[in-house]
Amino acid sequence: MAYPRRASSQQPRVIIVGNPNCGKSSIFNEITGGLQEVSNYPGVTVEKKIGFFHYEGEDIRVEDLPGLYSLTPYTDEEIITREEILKSDVGLIIDVVDSLNLERNLYLTIQIMELGKPFIIALNMSDIAQKRGVIIDHEKLSRILNVPVVKTVGNRGEGIEELKSHIYSYIRKQSIWVPKHVTYGHEVDTVVEQLSEFLVNRLPDNEKEKACWYTIKLLEKDYRLLEEVKNKISDSQELERNLENAIKELEQHENEDSAVIIAQRRYGFASGAIRECVSYTGEAKQNITDQIDNIICNRIAGPVILLGVISSLFYVVFKTTQEWKWIPFPNEWVSPVELFEKFFENFALLFSFLAKDYPAIYSLLSDGIIGGVGAVLSFIPLIFVLFLLISALEDTGYVARIAFILDRLMRIFGLQGRSILALIISGGIGAGGCAVPGILATRTLQERKDKIITMLVIPFMSCGAKLPVYALLIGAFFQNHRTMVMLTLWALSWLIALISAFILSRFVIRGEPTPFVLELPPYHVPVFKSVLRHAWGRTWMYIRKAGTLILAVNIIMWALIYIPIPHQGTTQNNEQPGIESSIAGILGRAIEPVTKHIGFDWKVNIALIGGMAAKEVIVGTLGTVYHMETSENNVNEQDSLSANLAQHKEWYPLRAFTLMIFVMLYAPCVATLVTIGRETGTIRIPIFSLFFSTTVAFVVSLIVFHIGHLLSLGT
Amino acid sequence: MKNYCNAERLSELEEGTKARIVGIRGGPPTYRQRLLDLGLTPGTVVKVNREAPLGDPIELELKGYFLALRRKDAWHILVEPLPNNPE
Repeated sequence: MAYPRRASSQQPRVIIVGNPNCGKSSIFNEITGGLQEVSNYPGVTVEKKIGFFHYEGEDIRVEDLPGLYSLTPYTDEEIITREEILKSDVGLIIDVVDSLNLERNLYLTIQIMELGKPFIIALNMSDIAQKRGVIIDHEKLSRILNVPVVKTVGNRGEGIEELKSHIYSYIRKQSIWVPKHVTYGHEVDTVVEQLSEFLVNRLPDNEKEKACWYTIKLLEKDYRLLEEVKNKISDSQELERNLENAIKELEQHENEDSAVIIAQRRYGFASGAIRECVSYTGEAKQNITDQIDNIICNRIAGPVILLGVISSLFYVVFKTTQEWKWIPFPNEWVSPVELFEKFFENFALLFSFLAKDYPAIYSLLSDGIIGGVGAVLSFIPLIFVLFLLISALEDTGYVARIAFILDRLMRIFGLQGRSILALIISGGIGAGGCAVPGILATRTLQERKDKIITMLVIPFMSCGAKLPVYALLIGAFFQNHRTMVMLTLWALSWLIALISAFILSRFVIRGEPTPFVLELPPYHVPVFKSVLRHAWGRTWMYIRKAGTLILAVNIIMWALIYIPIPHQGTTQNNEQPGIESSIAGILGRAIEPVTKHIGFDWKVNIALIGGMAAKEVIVGTLGTVYHMETSENNVNEQDSLSANLAQHKEWYPLRAFTLMIFVMLYAPCVATLVTIGRETGTIRIPIFSLFFSTTVAFVVSLIVFHIGHLLSLGT
Repeated sequence: MKNYCNAERLSELEEGTKARIVGIRGGPPTYRQRLLDLGLTPGTVVKVNREAPLGDPIELELKGYFLALRRKDAWHILVEPLPNNPE
């Protein structure tokens, strides 16, 4: 997206931070009004959202960071987020605080106070708190912390103007406020003072203001930070000695671990502030979330509801976008996906006038570009509705419960509760998802081991791009057993994903098991605007992929198949040397000695090679290959590919079934591999993934193909 | 550092029991820090709300919010059970 104006680069950075589930993104969306871009920090993959707002003739830039509980990081995402917060060009921090969860949210606020940077508190969801009988005196809180406190209702835009005016006056330096210095009692304060004085004298100039914060973190035994600080000063050994003494002094005096002391003091400060600012009216405790969870996490009802929710999700998606024909079209009714397909078919016809004089150009346009990209883009309605429902489900808080319910089961296979969410997004239910957002969803897994294993099995799920292959082959060979075959494929994909995860976690991927901490946020009614924004963002990613990567691959595949064949404008000539002699044909032949064991000849191989870039390419390439072949044999050109395949002697049900399994399991698409590489920060994992998936696919196909032959099933 | 001889493990409490945290023993240091950051500091009262359908993890209620931990991790948290007062 392009922006009309840019904020001046001199502007100090304004960043939004807050706990997960505090409504941070709705505050950001309201401030920037949708004018935002999403990018990743170089080298790593924490999403950085940047937005702008216009105020008093100026464009002011705001950044939204991922949520975090504490400035002591636990997940990869939190490590990067902390680094961003600590950068010296950060001027103002907007701290979004959830009024319903004040104590724990203030814990982060207090750590921001330790930093000493100016910040503003957005006291979010204050309306719901009030309804529950929790009255927060925000003016008093503002006096205690000595920073502005604005009551906000993120999804209704309340308090946003006031926030903007505070940000503006900070940028214009019309007001600068210094947050109150936090005190943790005489003992702690004395130790902090001594050690931070030592640091102030040694830190470089632009780091001096952080001396106090560093000291507290060091007393908390944050060893990652200790290494960083040691690199910043010359006499690091003395620092270690002083730190050791300070910790010993503190621990002896308090008879407690220093990390515990600091955490306790912060929570002490928070509950002190709450005692002063919060009053309760009537029955303050009426927690509907707990009541809902009594049913949703119930031993018997829980799993039943889970199955019900997920199957109805996919039922709705497929019915509304693919099966129900509810959109009027000249002469007939069509489903949304068909509507898109028709659009691209007719679009290709516009260029038919080129067919006679410039067959190569026509072929490139209709087969290579419109055909290939159109096949991908016609799935837009399906993808959008799917993401819409999944975003809504995420917004309600139910997704965290799925992780809670299934964690135990997933652990048997070396995965964990959160892995389930990633697998669902990747197409874990029936079919129709995408591995790329699935891989991005593994960011919330704390342990690297879990994360990598989840990433390696995600590609086994039946993503939306594999659907057309299933549809084609089932249509040709299993017309009377559609449901059975789809169910078998679905069960196989999970079986193989779980077995692979089990093997990987036992024998391949090493790593310390790290504990699992999962917040179960209160239930919310999803806010339509933010669900829509979220779903559209994800759909847009899909469209961009079609317009860039898949477009490029289609053109390359087209070139590999077509270019060597026609002898300059002699396409009408019937004595074609055949696709066999094209580059694609030669490649397909080259791997035939291997693939013949699972029943694939060079024609299938061509499609599979194309599919390594993007699975969407497979059907198109098969179509091209068979279309060109049959045109020699005078088969009716209007015959669908499906009917065409069914007539071929070399095709039989077992072969089709093996191909479906191979496509389901083999090499993840390029976009997935690139995402895995970006997320793990190494090229080794995606390369491993490529070989691992393909090996699994080959072995499973081999077994299926040969057992099928032995039993004479579908031969 | 302190004497915990009367303490029980959080993982061994019955559903619906309230308890006061006494301390965290063992476990990886980063995990301990995370628990402290999430408010599981000594002195805090937690309630074991429920267990997941398969018996693990368990859901805790503390400081007005809900947190799920696995039993094997909650084992590191030492608590002192409180008498259940009828609500």
